[in-house]
Amino acid sequence: MKVAVKILPRNEVLDSQGRTVEKTLNSHNYPVSNCRVGKYIELEVEASSAEEAQQKVKAMAEFILFNPMTESYQLEVL
Amino acid sequence: MKKIGVVRFLGTNCDRDIWQACEARGHEPVWLWHEDQFDINTVDAVIIPGGFSYGDYLRCGAIAAKSPVMKSVTEFAKAGCPVLGICNGFQILCEVGLLPGVLVANDHGKFIDTWVELKQENACQPWAGEKMNCRLPVAHGEGRYQLSEQELALVKERGQVWWSYKENPNGSVESIAGVMNENKNVAGLMPHPERAMFDWMGGNDGFSFF
Repeated sequence: MKVAVKILPRNEVLDSQGRTVEKTLNSHNYPVSNCRVGKYIELEVEASSAEEAQQKVKAMAEFILFNPMTESYQLEVL
Repeated sequence: MKKIGVVRFLGTNCDRDIWQACEARGHEPVWLWHEDQFDINTVDAVIIPGGFSYGDYLRCGAIAAKSPVMKSVTEFAKAGCPVLGICNGFQILCEVGLLPGVLVANDHGKFIDTWVELKQENACQPWAGEKMNCRLPVAHGEGRYQLSEQELALVKERGQVWWSYKENPNGSVESIAGVMNENKNVAGLMPHPERAMFDWMGGNDGFSFF
């Protein structure tokens, strides 16, 4: 089963990359706000249900994929 | 003596070296700030130094390519005037479309900081290099030159390959280290000639580039 992991810097953490991208877009007449730049990971796991797949990837996310002090994540079974 | 514009972005870190290389050759360097456009009649040549412009955010060179100064550099290049991009400057010129291809992460995944032997494949008149072979330092994590097969065939046919590595250090297609545009007034290379100006720097093969 294919699962997506979306990782973003936490709101209270300064995201300098997001700010730079936002500033560049705004200066070229693409008005945007609250731009955050993160990571997107797609992977496949053996699972008989979406819940099982979610559980397995949640363990992986907490093991290594994100740092709870600076990042938050979301899982999506594709 | 030429008046040479040296572009500075946030994160450029070879700017002072380029400045000194220009002065060592008797040229007059002037700074070109990334937030400002410039009058293309005020300089004779432009150099984009190496570094990590805008922290390499999104992709190396991506944000720099959209900066005000690059509008003027593009206008300057399209007018047939000489532009040289070194390392991150090469990445920016590719990203802005003035040079063909793209530079991606080294095939072995490691940053390399060493000296390489180079062979000149085709001459680039404005950026001399009368030497057919030279030895220069490289320092990059994303220096693997890539382009599609059709583009590569075209680039070779038009004699746009400038330098190639004698021993490929990063997985670049056909060991390409530097290329030119079709007009041969815009050139880019990953190695750093400004870091090899005098014997005390470990070699002087970079001297003839400026």
